[in-house]
Amino acid sequence: MTTENPGLVESNLFNRDVIHEIQRAAREGIYGIRGWGSKRYLPHFDDLVFLGASMSRYPLEGYRERCDTDVVIGDRYATKPLHLKIPITIAGMSFGALSAQAKEALGRGATAAGTSTTTGDGGMTPEERESSTLLVYQVLPSRYGMNPDDLRKADAIEVVLGQGAKPGGGGLLLGMKMNERVADMRDLPAAIDQRSACRHPDWTGPDDLEIKIRELRELTDWEKPVYIKIGASRTYYDTALAVKAGADVIVLDGMQGGTGATQTVFIEHVGIPTLPALRQAVEALTELDMHRKVQLIVSGGIRSGADVAKALAMGADAVSIGTAALIALGDNSPEFDEEYRKLGSRAGYYDDYQAGSDPAGISTQDAVLASRLDPVVGGRRLANYLRTITMETQIIARACGKSHVLNLEPEDLCALSVEAAAMAGVPLAGTSWIPGKSES
Amino acid sequence: MEQVFDLATIPLRELNQALHDCLPDASKSVWRIINPKGEHAVACGVDTPADIEIRGHVGYYCAGMNKQAHVIIHGNAGTGVAENMMSGTVRVKGNASQSAGATGHGGLLVIEGNVAARCGISLKGLNIVVCGSVGHMSGFMAQKGTLIVCGDAGYALGDSIYEADIFLKGKVDELGADCMEKNMTEEHLTFLATLLETAEVTDDPASFRRYGSARSLYNFEIDDADAHT
Ligand SMILES: Cc1cc2nc3c(=O)[nH]c(=O)nc-3n(C[C@H](O)[C@H](O)[C@H](O)COP(=O)(O)O)c2cc1C
Repeated sequence: MTTENPGLVESNLFNRDVIHEIQRAAREGIYGIRGWGSKRYLPHFDDLVFLGASMSRYPLEGYRERCDTDVVIGDRYATKPLHLKIPITIAGMSFGALSAQAKEALGRGATAAGTSTTTGDGGMTPEERESSTLLVYQVLPSRYGMNPDDLRKADAIEVVLGQGAKPGGGGLLLGMKMNERVADMRDLPAAIDQRSACRHPDWTGPDDLEIKIRELRELTDWEKPVYIKIGASRTYYDTALAVKAGADVIVLDGMQGGTGATQTVFIEHVGIPTLPALRQAVEALTELDMHRKVQLIVSGGIRSGADVAKALAMGADAVSIGTAALIALGDNSPEFDEEYRKLGSRAGYYDDYQAGSDPAGISTQDAVLASRLDPVVGGRRLANYLRTITMETQIIARACGKSHVLNLEPEDLCALSVEAAAMAGVPLAGTSWIPGKSES
Repeated sequence: MEQVFDLATIPLRELNQALHDCLPDASKSVWRIINPKGEHAVACGVDTPADIEIRGHVGYYCAGMNKQAHVIIHGNAGTGVAENMMSGTVRVKGNASQSAGATGHGGLLVIEGNVAARCGISLKGLNIVVCGSVGHMSGFMAQKGTLIVCGDAGYALGDSIYEADIFLKGKVDELGADCMEKNMTEEHLTFLATLLETAEVTDDPASFRRYGSARSLYNFEIDDADAHT
C-alpha cells in the first residue's frame, strides 16, 4: 500500500496497526482488552441482496398492505411463551458492564417497542425488572447474583454457554468498574479484576445440560421458556445438541457480536461469522424437524432492517442486538467527541467499554458519568431505532410479497460474493450456483 | 401433619408443585418422600419452612436453590445437590457426587460421606461441612462462605479462590493456583467450632488447617505475569 507520499510503501503484513500493537505490547506487557465486537472485514449480511418481486412474484403495497411482525418465542415446552410485537430483542448485557441507568433505558426502549430485554453476567437489577415488561434472565457459568426469586420474576431463562465475541471464554470486569454495588451483587471484593468462569459449575456436556434444564423448569413450574445461548463455532452440532437438551429457544451469537470486555486476540480470532453460523443452525433445526418449533434468535452485527430481514430470510425467528442498542442510547455520539479524544479515541471509534470512563455514561459505574444518561430519553431513542429498523424490515418483506416478515425465505436472497454464497447457502447473484451445494 | 409422597406412584412434578404451593410465610410443614430412585430435581426451589425427609438415593440437583427448608436425604445424592441454595439446611446421610453445594449463597449443607469433584465450586456464602473427603478442584473460584472437610482433599483445592475459607483436617493432594495455607486465629477456631457443632460433627476444631486466597490474581500486575500464564 502506498501512502500519499510516493515511494513510502506500507507493509500489508506489518501495517501501522500491527506495528502499533507490537509497540504497545512491548510497552505495557499485557494483551489488549476492549469492548465492541470484531473490527476486521468479515463476510456478512452486506454481501447478500434481496431479489424483490417482479413478473413471477407479487409485491405488497409499501404503505398500505398488512405485513405483520409479531413472533411467539418459546412455545415448545413452556406454558407461558413470550409474545413479541417485533422480531428484534435486546441482548444480554450485564449490570457491571453497563450502568444501572443504561440497563433501565434498555428496558424502557424494549418495552415501548413491544419486545424483550435480557439481564447479563451480574444478576437482575430492580430498575431493569421494573422498566421491562418482558425480561429474560441469564443463567451464566459465574452465577453472579443468581437466586430463585429473580428466576421466578423473569419471563424467560437463558442458559449462556458462550458469546460470539468469545466462544470458550468467560467474562471480564476490570477493577475500575467493580464498585461497591456491582461487587456486592456478585459477592466479590470491590476493585478486583473480576474474571468470571467459562464453564458452568454444575453440569458438563449436553446430557447434563438436559438435566439442568429440567431442574430450571421444575424450579419455575414449567412456565418459562428456556433459551440456550451459544457462541458461533461448531454451530451445526451445538444447535442439534441444544435441541436435544430441551431448549425452547436457541440464541446464536456470531463472531461479530459485541462484548463488554474481552481480549482483542479472542474477539478477532475465535469463532465463526454470523452468516455461516446461521445457515448451519437452520440446517440442523430443519434436519431435526424443529425449524420454527424451537425458535432461533440470531445476533452478531445486526445494524439495520436489512440485516434483520436477511437473518429472517435465512431462517431465524428473531434477531438480537447489543452494540446497535448502545449506539441508539447515545454510545459514540459526536456530542462527546472532545471527551473521546481526551481518552485517545474519537466519536465513532470508541470501544473501551472495559475502562469504565465512558463519556456517554453507558459502559461505566462512575456515578457522575452514569448520570449523563437519562433512562427516559435513552429509552425513547432506543424505541425509535427499534421501530425504524422494524419498518425497514417490513419494506423489504413487502417488496418480496410477504404478509409477515417471517415469510421471508432463502429463495428471496442471492449473494454478491462466492464466499457469502457458500456461507449463507444462497446462489451467487446472476447464477444458480451455491458453492458447496450445487454443481453449476 | 406429615405428608407422604411416594415417587413410585406420584410424578415428581406434583411433588414439586405441592412444595412450591406452600408460601414463604406459611407455618411449618412436614414431608416424607419415598422411592426417589435417583430422580433428578427432587424438592428443588422450595421456599417455605418445611422439614423434608427423603428416603433413598436422589439424582441431580436435589434441594436446588433451597430457601428455608430443612432437607435430609437418607441416601446418596447425585451431581449438584443443594446447588445455589440460599438458606435452610440440607443434610446428605450418604455420599454426594460432583458440584455439591455449587454456587450456594447461604444456609448449611452437611454431607456425612464423601464428595466427588468440585465441591463448593463458586461458593457465594453457603457453609459446607463434609465428614469424608472431597475430590479435585473443590472450592474452585469460591467467593464467600466456608468449606469444611474432615477427610482429605483432591488436587487443585481452592484454585482461584476469592474470599471463602477452607478448613481441612486431612491432607491435600495439591493446592490450586492462588490458594495458600493461612493462619488460624482464635476467631477462626471459634467460628469453626460453632459450625461443626451446628452440623453435629464431633471433630476437634484444633485439628484443622485453614486455606484461602493469596490474592495474587486479584489485579493484573506486569511483574507478576507468570502467575497468569
Ligand atoms: C457491553 C456489552 C456487555 C455484554 N454482556 C453480556 C453478558 O453479560 N452476557 C452475554 O451473554 N452476552 C453479553 N454481551 C453480548 C451480547 O449479549 C450479544 O451477544 C452481542 O452484543 C450481539 O452482537 P452485537 O453487539 O453485534 O449486536 C455483551 C455485549 C456488550 C456490547
